[in-house]
Amino acid sequence: MVSNFKKALESGKFVVTCEIAPPKGTNLDKMRHHIELLKDKVDATNITDHQSSVMRYPSLGGALLVKECGGEPILQMTCRDRNRLALQADLLFAYSRGVNNVLCLTGDSVIFGDHKEAKGVFDLDSSQLIMAIRRMEKGKDLGGNELDGKVQFCVGAIVTPEANPLEPQLIKFEKKIEAGAEFIQTQAVYDLDNFRKFMDYARQFPVKILAGIILLTSAPMARFMNKNVAGVNVPQTLIDEMASAPKGKAINKGIEIAGRMVRQIREEKMCDGVHIMAIGREELVPEIMAAAGLL
Amino acid sequence: MIRSITQKKSDVEIDRLLDGLGRIFIIGCGTCTTLTHTGGLPEVKSMAESLRAKGKLVTGEMVLPVACDNMTGETLKEWSAKMDQADALLIMTCAFGVQTIARQSKKMVIPALDTLFIGKETAVGQFDEICTQCGTCILGETGGICPVTSCHKGLVNGPCGGTNNGKCEIDENKDCAWTLIYNRLKELGRLQSMRKLQGPRNHQSEPSPGKFILPRGDQ
Repeated sequence: MVSNFKKALESGKFVVTCEIAPPKGTNLDKMRHHIELLKDKVDATNITDHQSSVMRYPSLGGALLVKECGGEPILQMTCRDRNRLALQADLLFAYSRGVNNVLCLTGDSVIFGDHKEAKGVFDLDSSQLIMAIRRMEKGKDLGGNELDGKVQFCVGAIVTPEANPLEPQLIKFEKKIEAGAEFIQTQAVYDLDNFRKFMDYARQFPVKILAGIILLTSAPMARFMNKNVAGVNVPQTLIDEMASAPKGKAINKGIEIAGRMVRQIREEKMCDGVHIMAIGREELVPEIMAAAGLL
Repeated sequence: MIRSITQKKSDVEIDRLLDGLGRIFIIGCGTCTTLTHTGGLPEVKSMAESLRAKGKLVTGEMVLPVACDNMTGETLKEWSAKMDQADALLIMTCAFGVQTIARQSKKMVIPALDTLFIGKETAVGQFDEICTQCGTCILGETGGICPVTSCHKGLVNGPCGGTNNGKCEIDENKDCAWTLIYNRLKELGRLQSMRKLQGPRNHQSEPSPGKFILPRGDQ
């Protein structure tokens, strides 16, 4: 069955996705609250997979909760914690329970997380995980064995348009599309001139692109990302704009900036939609959408 | 030359491993651990002093020329009197040496070092891991630079999102292997080989533990 998210991507409308992080523990109240708040406002909700290598409730559990609440989940799957057997098994389980959108990621290093001595698996990489899914859709597993009951997924991947050097990143982007990625959610973009150039290149490929929008919460947070997050580049003008906000109002400025960017991307038809990441402040996604004129 | 790169264990761990053992014989190595200053003559002497200061009796200390060599057994025989007096052998060689000595002596062996990787000296005082002996060499498609070893995640299809201005996001002292590979292939006019979608790797080329037996005619 074709997923609702895939239908949205193919409808030609400006698609909006957001992401929700599962909890550290079994108290699902906050995640459920975020799902209820966002499920009818966005086209799909990503559920992160041990984001930043911090052990949490599984993305598959979060995706099932989105289904239970009547929303459309995008299951994030990294290759960091599972070998090819476990990844394929989780895909079978996800599909059997109606979770049929997957975002394939290599995954952060365990070094950044809260189990720093763990083994990073990386048996497959993101493009090989996409290959595996496409093969399973044809009824075979990675070992070449027949599946009793196939899967069908809307498969996505990521790209970092601000990576330096850029060309190796673009070669990988093309390999992900060759492997079968249908949609791409980008790493955060802030410099829309740069993003426009990226799209001039990316538009030639048969893939839907959602621009990554990370909510800026303060000027120091923006500086921190520039210093510590690979492939994220917040221009000085935006940092200055954040710093210009009255005390205690930085978050409002962040919402204004994110809303303005989404609006501009949409009005200029730069790409097919946006992926809004309000890390830890998921309840603000509707305000960003309202600022963008989407609600 | 291939080198075994080692690092001294913490004093806390060494003290724990030697707890209850009063008489110690110390063995260093004249090859790799001399080069890395982890088990050469000066380090063996310093270890002996430190153990004496902690009240241990050092029955002897020596530096083998090449601890992992089969000749080690012969050299150890010459020191057997002093080794026999010891409760344990504290070994300042890599794990190859520790295991070679363990096979040649009935004494308990205790490593004083951790073996980090097999690599080479790439600049004065700098050692880099070069090959992880994966058994499925792809150097022919990566410009002679190994991503299985030199990429933190061992990725074979290009850089991850953590590539950071030519460095790896986990450590600014570590190069992004895929930036190096990209630059090299570009120089060679062979970027096409980076565009090849590599399938899942075979991690069982030689199932662990490795064992290789020469065909009869070659023995």
